[in-house]
Amino acid sequence: MTRLRIEGTGGRVLVQDLGRPGFAHLGVAPSGALDRGALALANRLVGNPDGLAGLEVVLGGLRFAPDRDLWFAVTGAWGSVRVAGREVGPYRAARVRAGEAVEIGTAQRGLRYLVAVRGGIDEPVTLGSRSRDTLAGIGPEPVDAGRVLAVGPEPAASVPLLDDDAAYPPTVGAVSLGLLPGPRADWVTDAALAALHESSWRVSASSDRVGARLEGPALERRVPGELVSEPTVAGAIQVTGAGVPTVLLADRPVTGGYPVVAIVDPASLDRLAQVRPGQEVRFRHA
Amino acid sequence: MSRAEPRLLPAGRSAILVECDGLDAVIELHDALARDLPDGVVELVPAARTLLVAVDPARLPLESAANWVRRAVREALPSASSGAGDGARAEEPASDDDLVIDVDYRGDDLADVAAHLGVTAEHLVARHLATRWRVAFIGFAPGFGYLVADDWPFDVPRLDVARTRVPPGAVGLAGAFSGAYPRESPGGWRLIGRTEAALWDPDADPPALLVPGRGVRFREARA
Repeated sequence: MTRLRIEGTGGRVLVQDLGRPGFAHLGVAPSGALDRGALALANRLVGNPDGLAGLEVVLGGLRFAPDRDLWFAVTGAWGSVRVAGREVGPYRAARVRAGEAVEIGTAQRGLRYLVAVRGGIDEPVTLGSRSRDTLAGIGPEPVDAGRVLAVGPEPAASVPLLDDDAAYPPTVGAVSLGLLPGPRADWVTDAALAALHESSWRVSASSDRVGARLEGPALERRVPGELVSEPTVAGAIQVTGAGVPTVLLADRPVTGGYPVVAIVDPASLDRLAQVRPGQEVRFRHA
Repeated sequence: MSRAEPRLLPAGRSAILVECDGLDAVIELHDALARDLPDGVVELVPAARTLLVAVDPARLPLESAANWVRRAVREALPSASSGAGDGARAEEPASDDDLVIDVDYRGDDLADVAAHLGVTAEHLVARHLATRWRVAFIGFAPGFGYLVADDWPFDVPRLDVARTRVPPGAVGLAGAFSGAYPRESPGGWRLIGRTEAALWDPDADPPALLVPGRGVRFREARA
């Protein structure tokens, strides 16, 4: 069995697959890679099924070395990917020899790299998934230097031959996200709803896998206070009493008491996962 | 007593949020929906006044799901649309399927809660033991079931300052609910006892001992 030794980390590194949907009624959020498309692409590049577990790496700084030759691919954020000091680049399958190290540099675009290795990361499965839920504390422990991760068996498919045009690096500059109506749109004023759609927002540095807080104008509430807690969905934009919107993400609480006034289109959530703190976000009707 | 018609609220491309006029209606609707789950329903997530119907829209279009929910509303909550009926949930008899949870009633807040309610600690424990509870929904943490009972007479305020650390298995009261902490966590419920029951085991199926709809009785643990 192939093993990966983690030699160093920069930003937080978590094991993620496509999550564990269907357990919210027991109090467990779906979790899973925030940029699901990037994980699926990384897996495809090395011949894996879309949903095998990989590593979600915030901003870069990861260095790992396998004990056997191994195919891997890095997608999501855009930055330097080196094998034994040679630049191989992101968004393509590359091979690392036993004992050589892979180094992922600081992202130039986007925020979260997704690293797939051929065979997938083979950590224990909890409720059908290898995803780390940072809020509930379920799934593989966060990955630090010194950790050794098992790699799963060779998948049936071979590593596909591709030209180099599979790359869709994240946007620099303003990111446009689709918005759907929320269940409690009437809890904010019409002016606040208009401001949500028309203002320029920035993603707060305090954002994480639970939620992305948005900085911009305060959204005036029409109804004060909180609701009796309601079930939440991915992308739900809840508005606090002070009028601060937060987009709930994969590790969200499964119920919440702040009114949800709009919902980020699921088709836009991958893009939101790559928005860096301080980067501009604008909303449009989905 | 007529009830407000449940409202179907938008909740994205793969879910509908149904707003009911109270917990009883949520429970009735949940039971009606759970009896007749069409293919493509990912899960039903009940809460205190709302119920989320999550679907896979590739298998069950959202509009079809909405029609299924409306039909269940008409059948399960006839008083909502006709104004007839008393709106009360038929009292379900105790069932052999009820989960029995052993509790050591020596909780840190037992004496305070009893005093606040104007009863003795023995009386409060006896009522807790005699009540047939039901898991209304899960909230707060994985496996943390909110238990309700029609004949539970007490309303217990949460602690003014939540504990930073509540031990796993702590059994408490808050509002009209009873519940037990599956894992160590902060918490503001008033603690009346402790159980050794495995409330949360990620390797079990289901991982939560308390699942929505389950009947529960407490039994006094013998030291």
